[in-house]
Amino acid sequence: MSIDIQTARRVAKLARIAVSESDFPELAKEFSAMLGFIEQLNEVDVDGIEPMTSVTPQRLKRRVDIVNDGGQPIEILANAPDVREGFFAVPKVVE
Amino acid sequence: MSDLSKMKISEARDALNKGYLTSVELTEACLSEIEKSVSLNAFVHRTPELAMDMASAADANKDGGDLNGIPLGIKDLFCTKGVPSQAASGILAGFKPEYESTVTSLLFASGAVMLGKLNMDEFAMGSSNETSVYGNAINPWKLRNDAAELTPGGSSGGSASAVAADLCLGATGTDTGGSIRQPAAFVGITGIKPTYGRVSRWGIVAFASSLDQAGPMTKDVRDAAIMLRAMSGHDPKDSTSADLTVPDFEAALTGDIRGKVIGIPNEYRMDGMSVEIEKLWADGTAMLKDAGAEIRNISLPHTKYALPAYYVIASAEASSNLARYDGVRFGHRAKLSAGDGITEMYEKTRAEGFGREVKRRVMIGTYVLSAGFYDAYYNRARKVRALIKRDFENVFSDGIDAILTPATPSAAFRLGEMTDADPVQMYLNDVFTVTVNLAGLPGIVLPAGLNKDGLPLGLQLIGRPWEEGDLLNTAYTLERAAQFVAKPKRWW
Repeated sequence: MSIDIQTARRVAKLARIAVSESDFPELAKEFSAMLGFIEQLNEVDVDGIEPMTSVTPQRLKRRVDIVNDGGQPIEILANAPDVREGFFAVPKVVE
Repeated sequence: MSDLSKMKISEARDALNKGYLTSVELTEACLSEIEKSVSLNAFVHRTPELAMDMASAADANKDGGDLNGIPLGIKDLFCTKGVPSQAASGILAGFKPEYESTVTSLLFASGAVMLGKLNMDEFAMGSSNETSVYGNAINPWKLRNDAAELTPGGSSGGSASAVAADLCLGATGTDTGGSIRQPAAFVGITGIKPTYGRVSRWGIVAFASSLDQAGPMTKDVRDAAIMLRAMSGHDPKDSTSADLTVPDFEAALTGDIRGKVIGIPNEYRMDGMSVEIEKLWADGTAMLKDAGAEIRNISLPHTKYALPAYYVIASAEASSNLARYDGVRFGHRAKLSAGDGITEMYEKTRAEGFGREVKRRVMIGTYVLSAGFYDAYYNRARKVRALIKRDFENVFSDGIDAILTPATPSAAFRLGEMTDADPVQMYLNDVFTVTVNLAGLPGIVLPAGLNKDGLPLGLQLIGRPWEEGDLLNTAYTLERAAQFVAKPKRWW
């Protein structure tokens, strides 16, 4: 299946990556090449096969449902690009 | 003095224990080598002061662990407290974690000294270390009559280069599709990817969580055994980490593999495989046979589909894992124009912060997970993955103890050589290693010979799940037979 420019634009939007309009034709071409490679998988008979969820047979461990971390706002905010009054700051979200 | 950095971990450990050497001397020797080796671009964040403090502490500690006083390099993918950890990405520029990854915590608890952070492909996505925001790491090896710079492989290219050039005694790597084993092969060192779940992933920047495993990159098999033991163990902070005791891997190195059954998979004999690789593989097979192993031809019928399945699964998981880089909590945020809202902030930040290969994979991953394509691509790939794993289970239940394959389809190539190639060409580097990640198995690569141009070539052994000890012993036996001692000629 080949990817058209419109699909490439939609994927970039979903991935939240800004792509300049002039780059879409090349991007669509790259996606098409990748998907061409991936489509070999259609040759495999997967009837009755369960999709793998865990590569090791173990069950996911459960932990006790208690708060086991927290109380470190300074550490949490230390790497943030914009901090105001103890919060992460972002552009206005709600009008 | 400068020869100290050439020591193996086992040698240094013994010399330190006997008091012939101090960690301060050893660490100084490594730091001095690192300073002289800027042209390799292996160490991208150096921590000399921290290293000297850790070395002094190790010298003062009379009951240190297995790695007490041993200077190591740490791949930039590991979060190290207060030290830049940016997965070779622009989007994590300036990021200094407030916490320590489980693996580095364990290494430091064992007494290891950190020399600094090592170059890699951005977010571990690459096979040549050419996607790094720090620029290329360089292979210390060169072609016999050619000054061109070669790739150390990827993604753990800085780790490979640093160990091969004796800038450190060992290094951490991570392996999602071959990122420990392919670079180890390209620089003539040993690297093991353990069974999925053997080593905690907590505090390691995530690429594809169902495939990622950390492991050691070292100068020989014994060192890999020592370092792997120190890195391994159950971690409640990683829900996929296995609650199993960690055996003494070094004690497993007896050099006796009599009666073991080694499988040679037909499907790894690829069209157009070079004569050199074929010969290396045949020689390795003969060595294991001479050591008393039984050799059996086996079939892993779904091998051909491993790479396409890998690119669906790894890209899908990457698109999900990398969603966290949004310019809010850490790392880079783009400068915004008047009127830009939060969506523009995400889009501009990610466009500026991610490199080309990372963007490509995030978008492919987004596509294969999107409504209408999830079943056709992602679920189908997970089914094929189940079949690939079943192939291995079948041969193991038929009595195969380990599988011998080439490590890579070629020796190290020139930097820039693949720039204009189709991305799929680059992905083919992982054709022999990627099956092991999909099946969650342990795999080890060790150097076994030189090609006609004087570059190292590696062989891979694949083992049964959780039997790294047995696998390391088979590798140890092969290492003793292959007697690979070549070192790169110093030019850096």
